[in-house]
Amino acid sequence: MIVIIKYNAGNTQSVENAVRRLGYDCIVTNDIEEIKKSDKVIFPGVGEAATAMQHLQANGLDLTIKGLKQPVLGICLGLQLMCNYTEEGNTNGLGIFDVNVKRFPPLDIVPHMGWNTLYNCKGELFTGISEEEHFYFVHSYYAEESPLSVAQCDYILPYSAALQKDNFYAVQFHPEKSGTAGEQLLKNFLSL
Amino acid sequence: MLKKRIIPCLDIKDGRVVKGINFEGLRDAGNPVELASRYAQEGADELVFLDITATLEKRKTLASLVTEIAKEINIPFTVGGGINTPDDAEYLISRGADKVSVNSSAVKNPELINQIAKNCGSQAVVLAIDAKKVNGNWEVFINGGKTATGIKLTSWAKYGEQLGAGEILLTSMNNDGTKNGFAIDALNLVGNNVNIPVIASGGAGCLEHFTTVFSETNATAALAASIFHYNEISIPQLKTYLQQNNIPVR
Repeated sequence: MIVIIKYNAGNTQSVENAVRRLGYDCIVTNDIEEIKKSDKVIFPGVGEAATAMQHLQANGLDLTIKGLKQPVLGICLGLQLMCNYTEEGNTNGLGIFDVNVKRFPPLDIVPHMGWNTLYNCKGELFTGISEEEHFYFVHSYYAEESPLSVAQCDYILPYSAALQKDNFYAVQFHPEKSGTAGEQLLKNFLSL
Repeated sequence: MLKKRIIPCLDIKDGRVVKGINFEGLRDAGNPVELASRYAQEGADELVFLDITATLEKRKTLASLVTEIAKEINIPFTVGGGINTPDDAEYLISRGADKVSVNSSAVKNPELINQIAKNCGSQAVVLAIDAKKVNGNWEVFINGGKTATGIKLTSWAKYGEQLGAGEILLTSMNNDGTKNGFAIDALNLVGNNVNIPVIASGGAGCLEHFTTVFSETNATAALAASIFHYNEISIPQLKTYLQQNNIPVR
């Protein structure tokens, strides 16, 4: 079973719809046992980091997510919370990725909102996805470049658009809202 | 490189699209889900659904429509019209809308912007502003453009950004429906005073208008309704044209 983690910072409906469009069944839950025994876990997120992190901690979801052995996909705020630290609300994250998250300098319009391309795409998530493809982004904070980057994006500065370490995968953009390219990426994750 | 967004807008009444139903060969234009899917396939970057249903009872139709759209559409979409409380916004977002747009209700109660941004994130709040040039000054109008507020466009846009709006959808009443092009001066006024994305709306009549708006203002998106519904300009045609004119599009 595929589990989408339910917490206070997710537009889980879009992710659920996207997974179902690909023909997979899924459940949206915050039940720790359900999450632990699932085959794949999606950790979505939109909203503010500090509040989201507090909510995860209060419900024991922080330790649960960190301890998962099956493939996990963080999306948007999910990616940022999987990092060490984010400047948003001065928040310590789950520390899965040894990467820090910073606010974009105000050198251009913030948030980075709209369709952008990626480069240096690596690994299973990007199988069959060309660097000409576009993904939908909306965020004001970014993960710094890192050896864990499996895709980069350029807006105001170059940053990590996707990260991977062991069974943990994460993307800054919204594959569930990124047309057919996003569907391909989700399909790649779901068939890991 | 971040691309400029092209956004078709669908006016919805009692669950049906009210523009475009007369267009021959576009028989299903009355069904929002079908029209939306077609636009998404053709390369629309986002969609806006504006509910012009007058009564509260009919709002339920909108909620079930949002559910249906969210199931079908794999690009972001905004829902606007009649969002008066943070609960209205949260309800539509929980049904699968990515963003909500607020207009008159936010002018009457600016805290609404702040409350939705807090509950759902700034990225989910589009501040829609209807502006009209009166005696050389751009002023904010509400209630579908019927009521003057006396509020300066730039003041309201800046205040909206401060309150947590993630984006501004600026419609010029002077240009809307004229097909004479977007209001470049109003867009620059707002664009130079805020640091959030601005969507240009009102006045699109031909391909050149889109090149002009993207080269003469810092609008990151352009919205249009009738030219797409009546098939005067198709989205693929517009995208190709913009690319040829060095405007970055998807």
